[in-house]
Amino acid sequence: MAVLPIKFTKTKRDRLAQVLWVLNWISVVTGIILFILGIFLKVEINKRQDLMAERQLQSVPNMLIAVGLIACMINFLGGKICYDCVDTNKFLRWKLVMLPYIICTFFFTLSVLVGALMCYSMHGQLEEALTVGLRDAMRYYKDTDTPGRCFLKRTVDLLQIQFQCCGNKGYRDWFQIQWVSNRYLDMSQREVVDRLRSNVEGKYLMDGVPFSCCNVNSPRPCIQYQITNNSAHFNYDYQTEELNLWMRGCHQALLDYYTNIMHSIGLTVLIIWLFELSVLTGVRYLQTSLENVLRQGDPECESDGWLLENSFVETARSNFNIIKHLGKFNQISSNGDPNIDKPSTAHYGPDNVPLKPLPTAS
Amino acid sequence: MVLLKMKFPFQKRVRLAQGLWLLSWVAMFSGAITFAMGVFLKTELHRRSEVMHSMDIHIVPNLLMAVGLASVGINICAGKVCQDSLDPSRFPRWKTFLPPFFCFSVFLTSLLLVAMILSFALQPSLEESLKIGLKNGISFYKDTDTPGRCFQKETIDRLQIEFQCCGNTNYRDWFEVQWISNRYLDFTSKEVKDRVRSNVDGRYLLDGVPFSCCNPASPRPCIQYSLRDNSVHYNYEYQTEELNLYSRGCRQALVSYYMGLMNTIGPCVLFDFLLQMAILVSLRYLQTAMEGVIGQENVEIETEGYILEKGVKETLLETKEKVKRLLQLAQVGDASSTTPGTQPEEEKPATA
Repeated sequence: MAVLPIKFTKTKRDRLAQVLWVLNWISVVTGIILFILGIFLKVEINKRQDLMAERQLQSVPNMLIAVGLIACMINFLGGKICYDCVDTNKFLRWKLVMLPYIICTFFFTLSVLVGALMCYSMHGQLEEALTVGLRDAMRYYKDTDTPGRCFLKRTVDLLQIQFQCCGNKGYRDWFQIQWVSNRYLDMSQREVVDRLRSNVEGKYLMDGVPFSCCNVNSPRPCIQYQITNNSAHFNYDYQTEELNLWMRGCHQALLDYYTNIMHSIGLTVLIIWLFELSVLTGVRYLQTSLENVLRQGDPECESDGWLLENSFVETARSNFNIIKHLGKFNQISSNGDPNIDKPSTAHYGPDNVPLKPLPTAS
Repeated sequence: MVLLKMKFPFQKRVRLAQGLWLLSWVAMFSGAITFAMGVFLKTELHRRSEVMHSMDIHIVPNLLMAVGLASVGINICAGKVCQDSLDPSRFPRWKTFLPPFFCFSVFLTSLLLVAMILSFALQPSLEESLKIGLKNGISFYKDTDTPGRCFQKETIDRLQIEFQCCGNTNYRDWFEVQWISNRYLDFTSKEVKDRVRSNVDGRYLLDGVPFSCCNPASPRPCIQYSLRDNSVHYNYEYQTEELNLYSRGCRQALVSYYMGLMNTIGPCVLFDFLLQMAILVSLRYLQTAMEGVIGQENVEIETEGYILEKGVKETLLETKEKVKRLLQLAQVGDASSTTPGTQPEEEKPATA
């Protein structure tokens, strides 16, 4: 009993082939879109590479790029096949290729689905990479004279300005690290020496933040230093002041930004996957209906198209048997002469004495 | 004496019509692109309209938009004329329409050149407008509680961050203006009182700048206040310090930005102008060549095409005479409607 059979008249078959030809070309375009999305994601991740610790983040854009390219090629071939399927004679050229093509495309659509799911699962890796990356970037903010880290101050400043955020989880993160380099600290001053002595590691800590934390929307000029000291500034209460600095942490800001991108890309890839699946279904119906036409011999007749010739269970069983037999053939040939252990049932002459097994040449 | 005569055999006419039809499609897209560039330039100018005092410079994008739209229409007409010129029976209906069409199109296309010239000529006006606008913005920076000016602080801060500039001409402009509102000044402190008394207008002036002037590329944390006082900051000398603040003034930054935009748009507009003029000249040749065919039995004869039937001076004199005659007719028409006595004179030739 076939799975989901549909009757196809000649005109219906031709129209199906034409529609599938157009859809395959649209799929080539969607493959290009996938490729472009992969490149876009790669560029976005590379732009903030300094702020992300080393994790397996490149696998998702690489997967999208590969899948996009393969989609282009597969659908280009599919378009060619469907174009030829309108004419039954030309179909004979593709007859042997079509079933392997459909199986390959089926596994390919699975990989598209995996790509879409990977987009959603990247969230966890991203969070970890950002936490460690931002923490290190803030720690090396002051090291503008150390090669390899001299650009981090600029990167963090531009990040805080562009994403309107301050610190890792909040502006208080800046209070726990020394972000003013020793080159600019007057060690002869009492205040500096006091601050350095006030903690175990000898770091110059203060309740101040860099200028890039300043909120543009604040009605008053930015208060960067002595943030928790209400008496240092006129008409200022740090517990109620919300507009002075950016309140959001950069970890949250970057995570939101990348999550938005990933969700949009994931949704697009899912839609493309559904589209590819429908094209695949159409090609399968076309293949089975054309094969039935060949079986019946008359190119103008009505034929059946189906997804599977027998039900799922029977098809699975027959495929399993095929694989088992393949395995058995492998086993037999690995022992050498296939006739060694087999008792001979042939008639060898009037005495009917079976031949002794021949010694194998080593 | 005919201007720039050319002979047109039948094949050449047909090829001219076909080539011109294709070219008119290209010019239509080019016109649409000119329109789009006009829109882009206008939006960019509009975005910074808060720091611009006058809107004189807006004439450039307005011209581009108008001519872009008009050229789309002109090219659609030109395409239709080309299509009809291949069929001698349909071509005569364009006869009265084409001469004014040419004058109108040439005028509009020359507006493109005018726009390009204006974009250079209006640069001083743009600079002046920005100078006044920025001066006002910096003066009203502190007035975040005054309706109508409360947005100036945010505008100036965002401008300085985005264009990497500080002040009008340079950062010293901030020293001459009180940019900290009185709401945040403690008038009981000695320092504030001294500063307020130190100048005639009673303003709180200081050698400091807002945070938006800070340069992220500086290796040291930003120094905003006491910029002129080397002793306040360790290892600091304001005369040699270059990376601490943005050294460019915002007026210079904005003028460079807009001039850059217009210099990029310039070649595209020039290309559109040349293309449009080429189409109009070719269309004129096609029209005059086709006029030789009208009324003839054999449509495949060779005809002449020209730009002007007579020389330039003679054509101008002719048009002047035509316009004078039109005006006279209009005057006579007015005169006859006011004096009924002249009416029987006009009726006489009819009865005779």
